[in-house]
Amino acid sequence: MSAKLTTRQVGDVAVIDAAGRITLGEGASSFRETIRDIVNKGNKKVLLNLSDVSYIDSSGIGEMVSGFTTVTNSGGQLKLVGLSKRVKDLLQITKLYTVFEVFDDEAEAVRSFT
Amino acid sequence: MDETHETLDSALESVDRAEELALTKAQSLGLDEDELVQFGMAVRECMVNAVVHGNRYSQDKKVHLDIERSPDRIAVTIRDEGSGFDPDSLPDPLAPENLMRQSGRGLLLTRTFVDELSVNSRPGSGTEVRLVKNRAGA
Repeated sequence: MSAKLTTRQVGDVAVIDAAGRITLGEGASSFRETIRDIVNKGNKKVLLNLSDVSYIDSSGIGEMVSGFTTVTNSGGQLKLVGLSKRVKDLLQITKLYTVFEVFDDEAEAVRSFT
Repeated sequence: MDETHETLDSALESVDRAEELALTKAQSLGLDEDELVQFGMAVRECMVNAVVHGNRYSQDKKVHLDIERSPDRIAVTIRDEGSGFDPDSLPDPLAPENLMRQSGRGLLLTRTFVDELSVNSRPGSGTEVRLVKNRAGA
């Protein structure tokens, strides 16, 4: 199963609900397009909800980093919520836990945007 | 010793095939679910490197997959027909200046998730990667 991405708005925060596998190929490229689309619409506050993501490989991690850079370069913020233990482990191994702001609770994450 | 050899096309479908095959073979080693997923990811990352960076999706080049399973371990060897590289020249993905690079984390994850990893490559020749995962508790 490849990644399924849907977007919704919570106040002024654009939430991307990701599900499935974010891996090299369709999953990673659709992720990139979704982020670009959100940024092009002028959204500055982006929350990536990974609650239903079963698997991310290094290409998927690369897309998350790229998305973070895209949003940051547009003057916005990208934060993460709902990471499984496996995804948290990947961020620890790659030291990206120091880069991404990570939340367990969506409401708390939404409130954290300035 | 159970041995499997497959010659695969330089395509993303081959990545899925190799991961699936390696996971099937690894089932008997008593690994827990997390270890199995991590081992599958290690195989996946090396296959991606072979298909994308080694063979560059060339239809004229193949990826050679060998899986050897004994009661105590599984060894997966992946060889591409690409132009090779100098493993020492790879940037450290954990260096502060490289943290935000989009790529370059595959071997780091692979090294973390297996018990043994060897990479044999030279500019001008293909690359062969061998991964070993030991039986749980070994």
